[in-house]
Amino acid sequence: MADLAESRLAPSEPLKPPASSTGVIGWLRANLFSSVWNSILTLIALYFLAVTVPKAVDWLLVDATWQAANGRECMAAAGGACWAAIGEKWRFILFGRFPYEEHWRPLIVCVVFVALFLASCDRRLWGMPLLAIWAAGLALNALLMWGGVFGMTYVDTSLWNGLPLTLILAVIGMAGAFPLAIVLALGRRSHMPAVRAVCVAYIELIRGVPLVTLLFMATVMLPLFLPPGITIDKLLRAQVAIILFAAAYLAEVIRGGLQSIPRGQYEAADALGLGYWQKTRLIILPQALTVVIPALVNTFIGTFKDTALVIIIGLFDLLMLANAAMTDPNWRGFATEAYLFVAAIYWAFCWFMSKYSQWLEADLNKGRRR
Amino acid sequence: MAIDARQDGIRPSRASLVNDPNVRAIFYQVVIVGAVIALGWYLVHNTLENMARQGIAGGWGFLGREAAFEISETLIPYSPADTYGRAFLVGVLNTLHVAILGIIFATILGTFIGIARLSTNWLVKKLALVYVEIFRNIPLPLQLLFWWSWLREATPGPREAWHLMPGVWLSNRGLVYPVPVHDPVYLWMGAALLVGIAATIGVKRWAKRRQAETGQPFPTIWTGIGLIVGLPLVVFLLAGAPLTWSKPELKGFNFAGGASVTPEFTALLVGLVVYTAAFIGEIVRGGVQAVPWGQTEAAGALGLSRTQALRLVILPQALRIIVPPMTSQYLNITKNSSLAIVIGFPDLVSIANTTINQTGQAVEGIALIMAIYLTISLSISLFMNWYNRWVALVER
Amino acid sequence: MRPRTVFAAAAVTAAFLAGPAFAGPTLDKVKGQGMIVCGVSTGLAGFSLADSQGKFTGLDVDYCRALAAAVLGDANKVKFAPLSAQQRFTALQSGEVDLLSRNTTWTLQRDTQLGLNFAPTMYYDGQGFMVPKKLGVKSAKELNGATVCVQPGTTTELNLADFFRANKMQFKPVVIEKLDEVESAFFSGRCDAYTTDASGLAATRVSKAPNPDDYVILPEIISKEPLAPAVRHGDDEWFDIVKWTVYALIEAEEKGVTSKNVDEMLKSDDPNVKRLLGVTPGMGKSLGLDEKWAYNAIKQVGNYGEIFDRNVGKNSPLKLERGLNDLWTRGGLQYAMPIR
Repeated sequence: MADLAESRLAPSEPLKPPASSTGVIGWLRANLFSSVWNSILTLIALYFLAVTVPKAVDWLLVDATWQAANGRECMAAAGGACWAAIGEKWRFILFGRFPYEEHWRPLIVCVVFVALFLASCDRRLWGMPLLAIWAAGLALNALLMWGGVFGMTYVDTSLWNGLPLTLILAVIGMAGAFPLAIVLALGRRSHMPAVRAVCVAYIELIRGVPLVTLLFMATVMLPLFLPPGITIDKLLRAQVAIILFAAAYLAEVIRGGLQSIPRGQYEAADALGLGYWQKTRLIILPQALTVVIPALVNTFIGTFKDTALVIIIGLFDLLMLANAAMTDPNWRGFATEAYLFVAAIYWAFCWFMSKYSQWLEADLNKGRRR
Repeated sequence: MAIDARQDGIRPSRASLVNDPNVRAIFYQVVIVGAVIALGWYLVHNTLENMARQGIAGGWGFLGREAAFEISETLIPYSPADTYGRAFLVGVLNTLHVAILGIIFATILGTFIGIARLSTNWLVKKLALVYVEIFRNIPLPLQLLFWWSWLREATPGPREAWHLMPGVWLSNRGLVYPVPVHDPVYLWMGAALLVGIAATIGVKRWAKRRQAETGQPFPTIWTGIGLIVGLPLVVFLLAGAPLTWSKPELKGFNFAGGASVTPEFTALLVGLVVYTAAFIGEIVRGGVQAVPWGQTEAAGALGLSRTQALRLVILPQALRIIVPPMTSQYLNITKNSSLAIVIGFPDLVSIANTTINQTGQAVEGIALIMAIYLTISLSISLFMNWYNRWVALVER
Repeated sequence: MRPRTVFAAAAVTAAFLAGPAFAGPTLDKVKGQGMIVCGVSTGLAGFSLADSQGKFTGLDVDYCRALAAAVLGDANKVKFAPLSAQQRFTALQSGEVDLLSRNTTWTLQRDTQLGLNFAPTMYYDGQGFMVPKKLGVKSAKELNGATVCVQPGTTTELNLADFFRANKMQFKPVVIEKLDEVESAFFSGRCDAYTTDASGLAATRVSKAPNPDDYVILPEIISKEPLAPAVRHGDDEWFDIVKWTVYALIEAEEKGVTSKNVDEMLKSDDPNVKRLLGVTPGMGKSLGLDEKWAYNAIKQVGNYGEIFDRNVGKNSPLKLERGLNDLWTRGGLQYAMPIR
């Protein structure tokens, strides 16, 4: 009896879901062919991929030429990409006219920058340690770029080309813009109308015009602005333009952070008897800046991409060098390859940073979520 | 002394003016404004002194002088005998031309990408993601140069041009296509179009009021399309359908007749659209995702159809989130169109650049570019703010 | 309550300031720096071109080196500042460069309105057209309706419009600032013709064309382009040095003084050579330079003929004829004022 009851009460084997809703087929059904409309979309997408992907793979890899003495050999070979051209020119594209035997110096500079980026990703280092690391890294880089000591030859800033130039412009641009942006953001939220007006005018003026005009101003008008006889290095002029430009955008990001701080924080600080600067430095800014860190990373990505505009004022950045490299008559006609090479470098940097910013945003919001 | 001090303390006045927040605020402001004015004066003073020293004549007189250089693409008649002022105007119109088309196409493509990112179709979703991740992370000047060199290399010379459709040719000189020869009737058709738009707005107001009073819906959209398309069509047919085509023909070096789009214009437009659409796609996705799912369900519970739910419930709420960042993307397109100088499209900046080189009037030239861009940016901001308020009203 | 903390910020940028240079009289500045800053083209074969190692060569470059040898005694004491067409005049006016040796055409407007002083012409040039051979064009007059590649902000752009206007012809310009890109555009077939100075066309054809034989330079020269070094207004002492260094190089060729035989020539009996090489003192002192100024320039860089042949003439890939740039004694225009 008991046996019988037990066997009757024992749950029967759970039924497996129908084969059509699990495994590969189920996944396909759920994600690609869930409705007629979806199936049509899938087929269109598949057709698009079938047309483009094999062609791209053929061009990029299968038919590509990896070894060639010059461009004519490349042209004569299969119709694919000519990576031999990049193999020949990559050092020129990356480091430009920096003295050839000394290319190890900009190479180390780039490695140091990447290491600094990676170190900045580690939240345990945030704060003073990171600042110290950056200061040391930048000092080392300045030493390596300029040289003139320890047996390294002096290298003029006009020979700072390629990837190091891009990284320097972006990093110094951001570092220089940051303090200015904080002042502007605070000024824009100030209770003093004149201060507010000045800051608003600056921010809106800069954000209303393209970076190109600022770069033009830096190259063409700055010499006129300065007293006779004083000249500024060409690189520094572009750098100043990028700093002034980035500061306006950064200021708006920081203002967003300031606005997100609840009123109570200000009032509590006032109640403690803190002055304006104490309040701002100890209570408001630490909170406001933490909130906007992901947006700061995004602004940095923007600045990083914006450095490509210095091609317009004739600085030898990656893009300019890619162009210049492909005017060598021995390697003419491989602009696409050179652009792809440079695009891959930019993409790798930007993509990594944007992924980090997304991760960081999610991570920082963990504590906020209720 | 002590008593005096206490007596002082009783009065709610401050011990000294130095600690009066109001006085301090005024003092700071005076200092800051003074510093800004001093800096401005210093720069202007230096500039004037430098210009005087180098014998550069300032002023706007150069705008009336003969430009003497040719411009490849113009929306208004222009010849080298025209003035620098007119050359600038050509540049401004070219900038606006590419910016407006860019805004329209980037919005369409971007919306498409944004919706694809939300698709339930895995393949479509991933393709859209790949698109966004690729084009967002590569600098625009690089993309422009890439498209431009690709357009030049991939297409044949004009004598071997591809014949795409009757009258439509593609070569490395661009795309040429036939256009109707101008006829006075077209002006009337334009007028009819405006009347149609005005009538549609009127019908819409009336329909809304009627629906509010009686609950009867009115097919406003179809009426509107009928009015806007129909009225000009009626005018066209009544006038006897005057239509002669100016067809492009290969004459000497190049195609003559018809209209053409140059590789520079195409590269600039494609570059701007492809780049900005990646950002717009993310904005649209974010906007739609921000509308809670409950809204869709609630709309369904109210008996609204899917289209109605989208149009009346989801879209208005999503737009509230989308419009502000979209405004800054529109501004970006306009400002980024200045990169035309990299690929030789004669926009405002590249014409100003040529002018500066020819005349040496750097200060005036750059001031003019900045003033024009500020005006354009401000106009777009004002329009989008107005639109934003209009959208925001739905929220109540 | 006064602000106790000020956000210090300028430290990073301060590290970047490359000590502002004060341009007084240029010669003092140059001697103080021990270096001449010379504005050159960003890249034009035969005139100023950087190789993969970043070394500049060319006619314009050699003139700067000769000037450095004359002023500082060492032809290597030059810093080359590559300038675009747009930047060149501001760079000179602001004192960023000490002179412009950058295939710049001597015109009235530039001499006056832009505040420049032009030294004697280093190269007499003229604007021409280059077309692909397969177009079958024989003369610039047949270019009606053509698309023409041109760099902006140069006299070239204006001459081009003038030429077509004068001949009642139509054209479409493709205006691109970067030389590399304008050349790429032409060679990829974006334009029917490419126009610039004839020397530039020859340089482009030889050094940049995929196959030079596929391109022809049309016979018409549509303008006069005297390419000369330039300095700022207001420093006559420096202008004199720049001017007479050009003459010294030309005079050296006329008198047969070369970089090879200059040491033997020190013993020459010709009073002209003696004055030139500083054997008879006085010339250098008048210019405020060492008496060996011309000797150093010739010894280290060569005379005008040597510079010409090496960079654009028979010993170079460009293989340009001397033509107008031959000595006046051989029917050219190069004529040195008497050095005495």
